[in-house]
Amino acid sequence: MSRVTRFAGRDPGPASRIAGFIAHLRQNGLRLGVAEVELALNAMNEVNAVVPDECRRALRAVCTGCTDEAERFDTLFDSFWMDAGRVKQKVVPKAQAAPRDDVHSSRQAKGQDAGASGSATAPDTSGEEAESDGTGKLIATERRNLSRRDLRDLVSADEIAEAEAVARRMGAALRDRRSRRRIAARKGDRLHFRKTIRQSLATGGEPLRLLRKHRPDRSRKIVALCDVSGSMSVYAQVFLAFLAGLMRADKDADAYLFHTRLVRITEALRDKDTMRAIGRMSLMADGFGGGSKIGLSLQRFADTYARRFVDGRSVVIILSDGYDTEPPAALSAALAKLRKRGCKIIWLNPLKGWADYAPVAGGMAAALPYLDLFRPANTLADLAALEPELVAL
Amino acid sequence: MTWTDLQSQLGRHGYVASDDLTVALHLALALERPLLLEGAAGVGKTDIARTLSEVRDTRLIRLQCYEGLDAAHAIYEWNYQRQLLTIRAAAEDGETGKTVEDRIFSRDFLLERPLLAAITQDRRPVLLIDEIDRADEEFEAYLLEVLSEYQVSVPELGTITATTKPIVILTSNGTRDLSDALRRRCLYTYVDYPDMQTELAILKARCPGIEARLGAQIVGFVQKLREEELEKTPGIAEMLDFAAALMGLGIADLTDDPTVLHATLSTLLKTQSDQAQITPDVAARIVGKAA
Repeated sequence: MSRVTRFAGRDPGPASRIAGFIAHLRQNGLRLGVAEVELALNAMNEVNAVVPDECRRALRAVCTGCTDEAERFDTLFDSFWMDAGRVKQKVVPKAQAAPRDDVHSSRQAKGQDAGASGSATAPDTSGEEAESDGTGKLIATERRNLSRRDLRDLVSADEIAEAEAVARRMGAALRDRRSRRRIAARKGDRLHFRKTIRQSLATGGEPLRLLRKHRPDRSRKIVALCDVSGSMSVYAQVFLAFLAGLMRADKDADAYLFHTRLVRITEALRDKDTMRAIGRMSLMADGFGGGSKIGLSLQRFADTYARRFVDGRSVVIILSDGYDTEPPAALSAALAKLRKRGCKIIWLNPLKGWADYAPVAGGMAAALPYLDLFRPANTLADLAALEPELVAL
Repeated sequence: MTWTDLQSQLGRHGYVASDDLTVALHLALALERPLLLEGAAGVGKTDIARTLSEVRDTRLIRLQCYEGLDAAHAIYEWNYQRQLLTIRAAAEDGETGKTVEDRIFSRDFLLERPLLAAITQDRRPVLLIDEIDRADEEFEAYLLEVLSEYQVSVPELGTITATTKPIVILTSNGTRDLSDALRRRCLYTYVDYPDMQTELAILKARCPGIEARLGAQIVGFVQKLREEELEKTPGIAEMLDFAAALMGLGIADLTDDPTVLHATLSTLLKTQSDQAQITPDVAARIVGKAA
């Protein structure tokens, strides 16, 4: 019994099967268009299409575009083509009428607040007294791990827009550190007349070498790491909105989530549709709201991604409360390693906003010597207020 | 020509290509699409372009990308000095104006840079765009335009259209995320470190004189070494250097002399912390595991 999927007798032929396969990949989040179907069919003509392994290789070369897609491709290929001889009835999926998971109602849970100007997830920032009688509502903390929690319930589109504005300003504060002076450069936008004339003396007054100057561009790359463990879930909404805004405002920024694992969410957040980006992110942040291993996650970051993305012109922003379930030694080792890459490290701690806060959490105390800046941040306004500090860095 | 033919041809030129890579390369040739290769440093991404140019007996044109690479350096530049001298010489002869201008903005005064050179050859050359991730996005967009139209427009001359389509191979180490548009234009393959058999075949292809037992030991050792937590994982080139060093020292067995083995590790470990991590004891242990 071969493992290859058998297709129903009324199946219109190989072209539609390929189209069906591309649609199957598309449903699983690979970004493929119509042109890829044609390309895949042409590719099939170039290999021996009855050998499954050759098909697999050819289609992999055509349909994938980055490492993680290439890693997922095998299972997707198997599920479509190697379905243990089962008969596929429908090759080309029908357009779905059922609600899809990338359409998401972002209706706010407005039912809980008593008419104040804040919402259930964003505090009142107007500075006025709320109109409720102040009994408040006790939210019991759930100890279990809320895996598969949809982050879209936490963030609304207009909050992201607001956060985007903050992030944009912040990115600009970090990035646009141009000086007015121009300095000599091999490739500049203007001629460096003084140097050109000076050099031309050697060639009898002929300016044979044109020397140029440019404004030194001292750009900064922002790398943000956001803690989404249980203790942070109250603040996660602000930070996630901020991250989403940051990614959309700044082409060079990079973002990660961590709890007990570290996930890179840069690619997901680059999605043009904000809410869909957050949706993709929540799929990745499996284990959202569980425990936290800050030290280990940062260690992983320093050992892997930091080598590729962090250099002397990076600013690493860590958004976390510093409550680590691991010994603090791991955290300080990871930060020391990051420091070695020559970057600036900023730690934004939502707890620091409290009047009597002192960094006594073991992790936080261990981290302090390695930080360039340690600031409170629990609302967007706080994040916005960071701007002048960042300029000073 | 099937992809297996291509694989054996590459093999004859000393490049042991995995099936995945060969199929992708074969499709890139057949469908005339650029091929994007991603992978760690030292897995033979650049080398495949060189070997392919040897197989097809054609020119290899290489464009090494770096931060701040601009279109002028990649496509064409005017030979300014020559233009200046021509103007001066013309002025001596009393020639001025339009005729001189026409003369100094002709093809003779154009310095071809890799991209322009690649589309004006008589035979299809192999164009290797190395480490595309180091160039900025602006350049990437420009490159896309050249790769989709296969023409270059020079304002003073008009448009130069390709005489032949080059075979384009791009490599990336993943220091930056490439744009979706570029990924969609290209076929894609992730090149990983070779497995034991492949690496052994590479060693045999490059060092034909090596004894089978020592070869297996070397490859086993390097394979195990890649599993350690190193800052810089040794690639294939490092493995070949290591083999050459051992053969040069006349060592027939890795387990013979731990001190000599440790001395030759400088061919594999390229940072101070990596060298400190692999002490002679650790090295001996890895050799033991690999044996």
